[in-house]
Amino acid sequence: MITRYESPIVEVVCRVIVPFVQVFALYVITHGHYGPGGGFQGGVILAASFLLLRLCLGGELAHQKLPPRLAIALGAFGVLLYGLTGLVPMMAGGQYLDYGHLPIPGVSGAELRYVGILIVEIGIAFGVLGIMVGIFDNLVERQS
Amino acid sequence: MIWQIDFYLLVILIITAVVALEIRDLLASVALLTGYSFFMALLFAQMGSVDVAFTEAALGAGVTGVFLVCALFFLERRSAD
Repeated sequence: MITRYESPIVEVVCRVIVPFVQVFALYVITHGHYGPGGGFQGGVILAASFLLLRLCLGGELAHQKLPPRLAIALGAFGVLLYGLTGLVPMMAGGQYLDYGHLPIPGVSGAELRYVGILIVEIGIAFGVLGIMVGIFDNLVERQS
Repeated sequence: MIWQIDFYLLVILIITAVVALEIRDLLASVALLTGYSFFMALLFAQMGSVDVAFTEAALGAGVTGVFLVCALFFLERRSAD
């Protein structure tokens, strides 16, 4: 059985650094269409923050922050969000992932495409976050 | 573009790659592989492709190291060949 190495320095540094990492990940996700970044990179950074919590705080505490089942559910929800954003414009008369045909009331044109890209990026971020944390949980679970 | 930075980054990249392949200690090999990813990200950023460098730094130098260290617990620490 592999357990964590109890050290107050590691724990305090982890607790201080994790909120900043998560805020930076949200910035990368929502800023992805203007500059470098996007759903995949932001999701990986978000997953890395949760992996840091799992490494530093140990299983019981970190599983309260993000339970393994919730991580898998988030991954599935991200894939579902991506697929629905692709399929809904097809029902409204467009092509697959044609954001201009999304039936959102009140917005149209370039703004509608902006909202569509943002929804797809959030879906990708959720999917990557869930799968990364799921792989780590599966690896750790099998060796204990 | 400064060719001296490019040249020394490439030299360090090749050295980390060869040492990561040749070393017997698998934990040191994983550490060198993450170092390789980081220098690859620096090279990508220096060549102007910031998006690829971002992905390489977040995924190759961050999460892959954690996964490989976790996978190392299933194996012997010293490689046989």
